Amino acid sequence: MMMSRRNALLGLTSAWTLGRSSLAFAGSSGGPDDPRLVVILLRGALDGLSAVTPYGDPDLASYRRALVLPEPGQEGGLLDLGGFYGLHPSLVALHGLYGQGQMLPIHAVAGHYRSRSHFEAQDYLESGADERLGSGWLNRAVSVLQGKANRPDGYGLAMGLTVPLLLRGSARVGSYAPAGSQHPDADLYGQILALNASDPVTGPALRNALKARGFSDAAMTQGGMAGAPGVDAAGKPRKIDAFTQLSTAAGEMLATAHGPRVAALEIGGWDTHAGQLGRLGGPLAQLDRGIGALRQGLGESWNRTVVLALTEFGRTVRINGTGGTDHGTGTVAFLAGGAVAGGKVGGTWPGLRSGQLFENRDLAPTTDLRSVVAGVLCDHLHLPQHAVGTVFPGSAVEPARGLVVPV
Amino acid sequence: MRSVSAINRFGWGQRDGSSSGLSVQDWLAGQLTGPDRAVFAGVGSCADGLVALREQRKAKMQGDPLVKPIFQAEVATQMDTLLLTEQPFRERLVWFWFNHFTVSLRQGSTRAVVGAYMREAIRPHVTGRFSDMLLAVMRHPAMLMYLDNASSIGPDSVAGRRSHRGLNENLARECLELHTVSPASGYSQADVTSFAAILTGWGVDLKADEPGFVFREKAHEPGVKTLMGQAFPEGEDGGVQALQFLGTHPATYRHIATQMVRHFVSDTPAPASVRHVEGVLQASGGDLRAASLALGALPEPALGGGKFRSPMDYVTAVLRALSVGGAPSQPGDPHSPAHQLVSGFASLGQPLWTAPLPNGWSDDAADWSAPADMLARTDWAWRVAAHVRTGDPMDVADTALGPALRPQTRTAMHHAGSRQDALALLFSSPEFQRR
Repeated sequence: MMMSRRNALLGLTSAWTLGRSSLAFAGSSGGPDDPRLVVILLRGALDGLSAVTPYGDPDLASYRRALVLPEPGQEGGLLDLGGFYGLHPSLVALHGLYGQGQMLPIHAVAGHYRSRSHFEAQDYLESGADERLGSGWLNRAVSVLQGKANRPDGYGLAMGLTVPLLLRGSARVGSYAPAGSQHPDADLYGQILALNASDPVTGPALRNALKARGFSDAAMTQGGMAGAPGVDAAGKPRKIDAFTQLSTAAGEMLATAHGPRVAALEIGGWDTHAGQLGRLGGPLAQLDRGIGALRQGLGESWNRTVVLALTEFGRTVRINGTGGTDHGTGTVAFLAGGAVAGGKVGGTWPGLRSGQLFENRDLAPTTDLRSVVAGVLCDHLHLPQHAVGTVFPGSAVEPARGLVVPV
Repeated sequence: MRSVSAINRFGWGQRDGSSSGLSVQDWLAGQLTGPDRAVFAGVGSCADGLVALREQRKAKMQGDPLVKPIFQAEVATQMDTLLLTEQPFRERLVWFWFNHFTVSLRQGSTRAVVGAYMREAIRPHVTGRFSDMLLAVMRHPAMLMYLDNASSIGPDSVAGRRSHRGLNENLARECLELHTVSPASGYSQADVTSFAAILTGWGVDLKADEPGFVFREKAHEPGVKTLMGQAFPEGEDGGVQALQFLGTHPATYRHIATQMVRHFVSDTPAPASVRHVEGVLQASGGDLRAASLALGALPEPALGGGKFRSPMDYVTAVLRALSVGGAPSQPGDPHSPAHQLVSGFASLGQPLWTAPLPNGWSDDAADWSAPADMLARTDWAWRVAAHVRTGDPMDVADTALGPALRPQTRTAMHHAGSRQDALALLFSSPEFQRR
C-alpha cells in the first residue's frame, strides 16, 4: 500500500493525526503498559479552600462567609468528599472519579518556598530546587527515566506553544500545538532546516518540530524530504476550549504504544483578587473538562495514569475587601487517574483557629509538594529512590507513600 | 555610519534602504531629542473610553457596541505607527515601558482604555523622568482597573466601616515587585499591606461628566502609614509621596536598569552594563532619555548574538521588511495592514495587549523558541510571503539584515524556486530571528 511504503521511506515509527495536524515520535522503545504521568500547572494560585472546602471546620465561615458554598445536598452546594470536605460543584468529573476511588485531593500543601510572588513561586515550583534553576524537575526526572528506558527522545511532551520551565533542561522533549493548515513543502522545510543547522537555538527547535510532523532523522539529513506524510487533513478546528483540545491530544498521544509517557499542560485564570465567587467556576470547570478529556483520550491507558494538578501557592483564608482573596500559602493539590489510590482526601488538616493560621493570614502548610511529587515519581514511574536528590537538588525530600495503587 | 544591526536592535526592523549616514549614537539621540512625531488619528481620551463603558453597562448592551469601535480605532492607528514610524527607537521604548507597566485585556474591563493608557500614561514619559511615568501609570484608570485598586477600600475608612469591605493588595504588590523596587530590596508583607492602605481611595469615577481618576476621601484608610521604614501622611498626597519615594529609590534604578539592558542587549545582562545604566539613572534623578541613550553606548553583542525576536518583534520586522502599510488602516478592516500585524501577533502566541500576567511578556529567548513556536513562524512567514507580488527578495534581504545576512542564506535564496520560497528562507534564517 502506498501509505505504508511512504511511512517506511520516512522512517516513521508512529504518528498521531489530530484534526489538521499530525505528530510523530521516533525511536522510543517502551510498551503499552508503561505508566503515564500528566502534570497540569495551575498558574495564578488556586484558592484551595474553595476547590476543596473544609465545610466541617467550624471556623471557616468566620473568615470568608461570603465565599463558602452551601453544604452538600443543598441547591448549588458542594459535592461531598466524606463528611468534612466538599468539592466545588464545577468539579463534576473529578467528583465522579473520587467515587470510583480514582481521585485524591491532598490538602494544606505548599512548595518548599514561602514567596507570595507568582513569578518567583512558579519558578521554584517548576525548578524544584532551593534556588532558581534554568531547568525543571520534570525534565530531570525524564532524564533519569529515559536513561533507564533507553529512549533518545520522545518520552516527554509539552502541550502548547511554549515549553514551560518544568520541562526545560538537558533531556530532549517534544512540544505540540495545533498547527496552521498551510505550510511549505518538504523540500523547502529541508532547506530551512539546513540554514538553521548550526544555530544552537533555532537548529534543534526546527529539527524537533519537523520530526514531530513526521520527518525522520535520515530524511532530514539527506535533505530529500519530498512527500511529507498527511499533514493536510481537511476540516475546521473544533470550537472547543484550547485546554480541552490540548488535553484530548495529550491523552491520545500518551495512549499510543510507543508514544511519549509524560506530558505537561498549563491553565491560568486562578488569580481571584476580586469577585472570586463568580470567577472561579469557569477555570475549575475547564480543568474538570480537561481531565475528562485526558481520560477519554487515554482510553485503556487511563488505568496506568496519574494526573497531577499543582499550583504555586494558595490564597488568604480571609476574604479581602473586594470579594476575593490575596496571595497566601497552603492550598490543595489534585491527583487523578486509574493508578491513583483515591476516594479519600489526603494530607493533614492544620485547622483554622487564630493561632493555627500561617502568619495569621494563610492556610498553614502541612505537606511539602515535593514529597507528593517524589511519591508519584518513585511509586508510579519507578524513579529510583536514589535519584530523588537529582530531581530535587538541595534539601532532602522524603517521597510520600501510598498515593498510587500498588501494581 | 549607523549599522543595520543597531537599527534592528533598537528599533522594529529596517523598513527601507535609505540611510542618512549618521552614527548610531546620533541616530538614537535624534529620535529622543526632538518631539514625538507619532500622530494618532481617530482616537479620543481615556474619558471617552470610560463614557462608552458606562453607557454600555447602564443600558446593559450586548456585544461591546460602544467600546469595540474605540478599541478598533486604537489598534488601527497604533499598529500603523509601529509599521511606519521613523522614530523606531522611541517606539520600541514605548512598548518596552508598556510591558514593564503591563495592562492586559485579560482582566478588569480594560478594552475601553488600554489604547489611551499607552498614549497618555506611557508615551509622554519615555524621555522624561521615571517617577513621573510611575505616577501617571498609577493614576491612570486602566491600571487602577486592571489591578483592582479601584475597588480597594480602607477598612477603617468611612466607606469601609459602613460596608465592611476592605483592602485589595493587588496593585500595591505588583507595583513593589514588578514596577519599582523589586523583591531584591527586601520589603515585607507588612510593606505590601501598608502600601495598599496608602493607595486606598485611588480609584476611577465613572459617573462624572469627564470620567477618570478620583481620590475618594471616604474610602481612604486614615492615619500615617509606614512603607519600607518611611512614614507617609494620610490623604492623596501620601500616595504621591510614596510613589516619588519608590520611583527614585536606588533599588528601583537597579531593577529598571537590569530590565533595560536585558531588553536591548542580552537575556543575561552583564553586571558592568547594568551598573553603568543604573549609575546614569542615579546621577540624573531617573532621566529615561539619558538612560536610554546610555544603552546605545554599551558594548555590542557579537554579530548573530543579540536578542531573540519575540513574536511581536518578528511579525513587525517581517512586515516592515516587506514595506507593508502606507495608507491608514481602517478600524476593523480585516484586510488592513494593522489587522495583518495583530493577527500575526496572535497566531504566533503573543496577542496584542493580552499578556497573561502583570509581569508582561517574557524577554527570554527560551520562552519564544520552542519547536512548535519556530515552525509556526516559518509557516506564517511562508503564508505572508505568498502575497508578495513584486520586488527582488535580495533587496529585501539586504535592507532587512545588511551585513548580518550570511552567504549561506544568500545562496539558498538565489536558488529558491519562487519569490515566496526565497522570502520564506530569509524569514526562517537564524539571523532574521535576532535583532
